[in-house]
Amino acid sequence: MKAKLFDYVDRDNFIFNLSGLTKLFCFIFMTFSVMFSYDIRYILFIMVVSAIIFKASGLQFKQIKIMLVYVVIFLLMNFILTFLFSPTYGTEIYGTRHELFQITNFYVVTKEQLLYQITKTTKYASVVPLGMIFLLTTNPSEFAASLNRVGVSYKASYALSLTLRYFPDMIRSYQDIAVAQQSRGLDLSRKEKFGVRVKNTMNICIPLIFSTLDRIELISNAMDLRGFGKHKKRTWYVAKPMKKGDWGALVFGAAILAGSLCMSFLVNGSRFWNPFV
Amino acid sequence: MEEAGNKKAVIEFEKFSFQYFSQAEPTLHDIDLKIYEGEKVLIVGPSGSGKSTMGHCLNGLIPFSYHGKVEGSLKICGRETQEMNIFELSKRVGTVLQDADGQFIGLTVGEDIAFALENDLVKQDEMKETVQKVADMVDMGKLLKSSPFELSGGQKQRVAFAGVLVDDVDILLFDEPLANLDPATGKTAIDLIDRVWREYHKTVVIIEHRLEDVLYRDVDRIVLVNDGKVVADMTPDQMMAADILGKYGIREPLYVTALKYAGVKVKEEHRAGRLATLDIPAVQDAVLKWNSEASEKPDKKERQVILSAEHLDFQYTKKRRILQDINFAIKEGEMVSIVGTNGAGKSTLAKVICGFVKEDGGKLLYSGADMEGQTIKERSKIISYVMQNPNQMICKPMIYDEVALGLRLNDVPEEEIEERVEKALKICGLAPFRKWPISALSYGQKKRVTIASMLVMNPKILILDEPTAGQDYHHYTEIMEFLKSLNESGVTILMITHDMHLMLEYTSHAIVICDGKKIGDASAVEILTNEEIAAQANLKVTSLYELAKLTGIGDAQGFVQKFIDYERRNMRS
Repeated sequence: MKAKLFDYVDRDNFIFNLSGLTKLFCFIFMTFSVMFSYDIRYILFIMVVSAIIFKASGLQFKQIKIMLVYVVIFLLMNFILTFLFSPTYGTEIYGTRHELFQITNFYVVTKEQLLYQITKTTKYASVVPLGMIFLLTTNPSEFAASLNRVGVSYKASYALSLTLRYFPDMIRSYQDIAVAQQSRGLDLSRKEKFGVRVKNTMNICIPLIFSTLDRIELISNAMDLRGFGKHKKRTWYVAKPMKKGDWGALVFGAAILAGSLCMSFLVNGSRFWNPFV
Repeated sequence: MEEAGNKKAVIEFEKFSFQYFSQAEPTLHDIDLKIYEGEKVLIVGPSGSGKSTMGHCLNGLIPFSYHGKVEGSLKICGRETQEMNIFELSKRVGTVLQDADGQFIGLTVGEDIAFALENDLVKQDEMKETVQKVADMVDMGKLLKSSPFELSGGQKQRVAFAGVLVDDVDILLFDEPLANLDPATGKTAIDLIDRVWREYHKTVVIIEHRLEDVLYRDVDRIVLVNDGKVVADMTPDQMMAADILGKYGIREPLYVTALKYAGVKVKEEHRAGRLATLDIPAVQDAVLKWNSEASEKPDKKERQVILSAEHLDFQYTKKRRILQDINFAIKEGEMVSIVGTNGAGKSTLAKVICGFVKEDGGKLLYSGADMEGQTIKERSKIISYVMQNPNQMICKPMIYDEVALGLRLNDVPEEEIEERVEKALKICGLAPFRKWPISALSYGQKKRVTIASMLVMNPKILILDEPTAGQDYHHYTEIMEFLKSLNESGVTILMITHDMHLMLEYTSHAIVICDGKKIGDASAVEILTNEEIAAQANLKVTSLYELAKLTGIGDAQGFVQKFIDYERRNMRS
């Protein structure tokens, strides 16, 4: 019941009404822009854009809260580990060294390192929300239809959409099985040692796998009986034709990508923005 | 193509045998059966009789998905099925599978109904039109945009039904259509099948073991299958007169059993196939006479209250209140059924009792002591919960380990474990299988393993979710008699169920939940003879009650009670 994470709930607004294909391309364009560029100004710009998109899509913050917590933890870990393992990488990249303060002989905090690490963190921080927006605003079936239209085989597309669809179901049955096993004395709380907890989680996964296999047999029979795989092609009930908005969004996505490339090659001369020279 | 009168045979089994590659014996032997155009035929048989295999042969899952050796011939609309593929067959035979939930492929009602059309490369606008038309046929036209989570079990089944109707098939095959539906919804489903059969002149084949519920509407013939052979093929009226159903593990309608208890020799001309056609004047005297005979009442012991609830509330969100102000008192050693519509809150109540979720208000008392604050683990020492699907519970490959798991997790010494596991296996009739892998067991046996793995914990209260779902009469009786003997040894048993027979026969106390509120709490006989409660909670008044009314018995409730007492006495002796 509480497994609302990843559930697709239909809404009527500009972002939801875009075709799945448009959203996929925009997602790829924007992600690539962010991954390619190490210019924090541009990355922050994309972050603001993705925040605006999130607002426009009408998604609720609580839908992504849990995901966000994990992302923040991951980013913090990443930030610390990067510094621990290569505290001078920033100076290597930017070619200068502006010391701020010294912790030990080896660990010196420099402006270059700080800029490098903050840039890297903002990169991840702006890609993840984009991914979540994409997942939560795209009707899995319609997405499959779009993939099929750009040449992916419809069987593969359908398999992907079914996976997306059954994911919330699996979370639900995981929770059901977990409580039933806990009532047999299986301890999943923090009171138990980590190793034991991992082993106990296995005890939940086995019934989950078996009941999922049952389900797969059933659904594949149901699909066979209704002619899935009969022809080389199929049509789609939910396919959306490309509209003006889609073209607009695609142009916008492409512009962001072009902007990123321009900043790198024409303005900065490399992937890095170097304010220190 | 053979002609019988002026009717065409659309399904012709001729000396047809089938053996799964994985099995040593053929599942179907020498089947000879003809079903004619426009007929409505019910195939009944116990689990493992081969009735589902017959269904798979008709829709092409055999040999497409399940492989095996075929002998003889099976023709559909005059064509040999061996020469057709599953796609050609699916244009002739539309199948509605048992599990309406699992066969919901699309993300919305409209998309699911359109599935077959999509695979047939129908253009989108044409597809939308057809979907709307077919959805209207099954009264789902206004819900095209709904997702499966928003639908009831009955509605999902309608969608599945519409999904095969889009193909304009000649033959409709229903594989256990009543399995997961509450009694009133089942009745509506049978009505719908009947309507489509009459209005669109389809040939209908229903595979089901809940005979009485299917016979709520006309059926042309009943085919009784046992051990892979057709053992009887006759009209419902002849079948009731032939008195062979019980012998093959199929439960005959309760009113027919009542007639027999009353000493009526049921004949074909009594038209006992359906209660609506039964020749009442011919049987009335005998029934009245039987009813007036004195009967001994089983004595009732006074017992302590073991589990009670006071003003229990539960909600997932502010808007959706699942349980509201539930009060009940269950006595030690009782066998209680919890009944109500799908989604009424029955399972949630069980979860609250086990501590899986926490109540938002009210109290739960065990032997008078408040259980507030007790964790799942603490409660599990007194209350055990058996889920409906055993595959969701079993996590060890070997039977012994599975049953021992709970004790091992609680650090019970190994010698004691052995003793307790042996005992539980013995009670559950699994002692000979102790060294077996779980995978070698049937569904019913797995169910027992899950019960055994709860019994080792020595619970005082056992809660079971749909203990007999999907079981035929033979296995049903086996499981229920087993639970009854457990109950007699002192375990208090709570069962969540849709099965009115179970409720009537085995549970003296029934609690009815509807929309999160308790609307009935009395003996099962009182509940099932109360038309108001039955209608509100999607239950079905028992046919015994209707028989009593029809024969002019004033105290219909007394008649039902008498029937139950009589049956109990005779089954024991």
